[in-house]
Amino acid sequence: MKIRKNAFFISIITNILIPLGAVFLALIVGSIFLITAHVNPLNAYYLMFAASFGSLYGITETLVKATPLIIVGAGVCVAFRSGMVNIGGEGQIIVGAILTTFVALKLPSLPKIISVMILLLVGFVGGGIYGLIPGVLKAYFNINEILTTVMLNSIATQVLYLLLRGPMMDPLEKAFGTGYPQSSIIPQSAWLTRFFQGKRLHTGIFIAIILAIAMYYLLWKTTIGYKMRAVGKNKNASRYGGINVERYMILSMLIAGGMAGIAGAVEVMGIHHRLLDGISAGYGFSGIVAALFGKLNPLGTIPASILFGSILFGADSLQRTVGIPAAMVYAIEGLVVVFAVSGEIISRKIASRNTEILTEDEK
Amino acid sequence: MGNFFQTRVIVSIFSAGIRLATPYLLASIGEMLDQRSGVYNLGIEGIMLIGAFLSFYTSLKTGSLMLGILMAIIVGLLMGLLSAFINVTMKAEQGISGIGIYMFGFGLSGLLFRLTMGAIVTIDGFKSTPIPILSKMPYIGEIFFNQNWMVYLAFLLVPISYIVLFKTTFGLKIRSVGENPSAADSLGVSVEFVRYVCIIIGSVLAALAGAFLTIGQQKAIFVENISAGRGFIAIALVYFGRWQPTGVMIGSLLFSILDALQIRVQIANIGIPYEYAVMAPYIITIIVLVFVAQHRIGGPTALGKPFERCK
Repeated sequence: MKIRKNAFFISIITNILIPLGAVFLALIVGSIFLITAHVNPLNAYYLMFAASFGSLYGITETLVKATPLIIVGAGVCVAFRSGMVNIGGEGQIIVGAILTTFVALKLPSLPKIISVMILLLVGFVGGGIYGLIPGVLKAYFNINEILTTVMLNSIATQVLYLLLRGPMMDPLEKAFGTGYPQSSIIPQSAWLTRFFQGKRLHTGIFIAIILAIAMYYLLWKTTIGYKMRAVGKNKNASRYGGINVERYMILSMLIAGGMAGIAGAVEVMGIHHRLLDGISAGYGFSGIVAALFGKLNPLGTIPASILFGSILFGADSLQRTVGIPAAMVYAIEGLVVVFAVSGEIISRKIASRNTEILTEDEK
Repeated sequence: MGNFFQTRVIVSIFSAGIRLATPYLLASIGEMLDQRSGVYNLGIEGIMLIGAFLSFYTSLKTGSLMLGILMAIIVGLLMGLLSAFINVTMKAEQGISGIGIYMFGFGLSGLLFRLTMGAIVTIDGFKSTPIPILSKMPYIGEIFFNQNWMVYLAFLLVPISYIVLFKTTFGLKIRSVGENPSAADSLGVSVEFVRYVCIIIGSVLAALAGAFLTIGQQKAIFVENISAGRGFIAIALVYFGRWQPTGVMIGSLLFSILDALQIRVQIANIGIPYEYAVMAPYIITIIVLVFVAQHRIGGPTALGKPFERCK
């Protein structure tokens, strides 16, 4: 009885208190910067919160921002659980969005449900292939995937610029000589339905939640997921146990990349309806933060993404109203990551103390 | 295109190549020390960015470039202390904490830039200090001995780091802590202390690399994300150089000459879209990593593993 109670408290501490503590600490450090910039931090944070949750518009925009975070984050969970650190979300989103837009512009008029399905698959393939590269390089050449994914992010950004200023530029922009780097609008049959008039919230949020549940199912209810987690826990033991370690490392990067690619597709289909530069707006990095914050559980990623979606939207509105640059979000997110991974040791210590109690009880 | 291969042009490319090697060298020599002691310091790109901004801003406000350098050193010390605390004391997962530091540095430098300046300003950075006699040599003098002091310092770090690593007791401690921390610990070496020192030195060098990107140039300028991935390339160069000072230097030179060529190609405007030139270093980094990996030379055995004393 005592043991169960301990386990319950431990799960509260590790799953809720440590992540929240990390956010709290990050906000405190963030407030130091705000004070030096002569901004009242309490007021700024209040405005952020009020902007995100104080109105229907705020809530819908928070969910709009949370949508790609959930999808990317759920994919990141799969990679991390398999022992792969996927920093490549940004590039994978871009490649997914490029391929989706390209196919959407070629697609004949089909019923909405069919074109959306096709385009989600196209996004998955685009991002998946882009995730496959670092996966293969890690599995067969033992090249640090953090380095390769970061490089691939920069390459994808440049490819996006090349395409938007070249072959994929909107012919109208060319004709009128405005030269704004964006593609033509994709056909309406490929747009995701919006819930409210004049608000951008779209059915992508359901796609995101379904995908997160699917990733949870994959990781904990299937043999593939079991093997992936085994590889992530201990490569040598897995290999000894007859698991093809390389195959599951690559597969996890394929899935993580594919999920990010879907996020790119959903951004194109749900929000912009075209390809433009800044299609990702840092979702690749924020998705990692959301995944870490959700304790690398795809379901935990959902509330974490909503929290970070609100921070992202709050920061945007702070920039508009008070003039605090939205770059602040990156600084705060970085601190959250740093504090969250530093807090891990505390939960580990508590857990090990608990096992000692357990053995004493057994005596 | 015709005058592209004139001697004067080639001399200027190589001279720029030596100059542009400086940030890679500073950052990668520091990173090499970190990794030799068993710690990835993946946050150096972020530290470079904060160093770049604060050294520039300090120089702008005080009119003193040396105060800018001092500021970069302070930034490096503080960020190094933070990274060391997270990675060594709190035993965090190094790959992820590094990305956290990078995001923090990226965000903070952008935030401070927008809050304090907002617009792009230029000031005069360090001028070149020709070395007497040597700088008078034809071609060679112009390429090697007509640079500013930060460039000389960066190249001096190569023999210095070699001597420290392979000829001093502390170097022996660094290497043993990176290869076998338990053995080093049982011999009375403080694993924590050695790793703290290495991370802090590495971070100071990264911040100086950032300072070079701004005030190390004749026309000093700060723009957001000025390091543009050089910190990550510097990490890749450590792999390329197989954790050896000379290897790291060769890698840095290879990259910086490529950089100089790339800039030259952009100016010459021979019809290659600018994006290809920006992409090239990243693609080459990946190819280089693949090439290096073929030789199956691993880094320090304990790299990336937090040290836990056996009970």
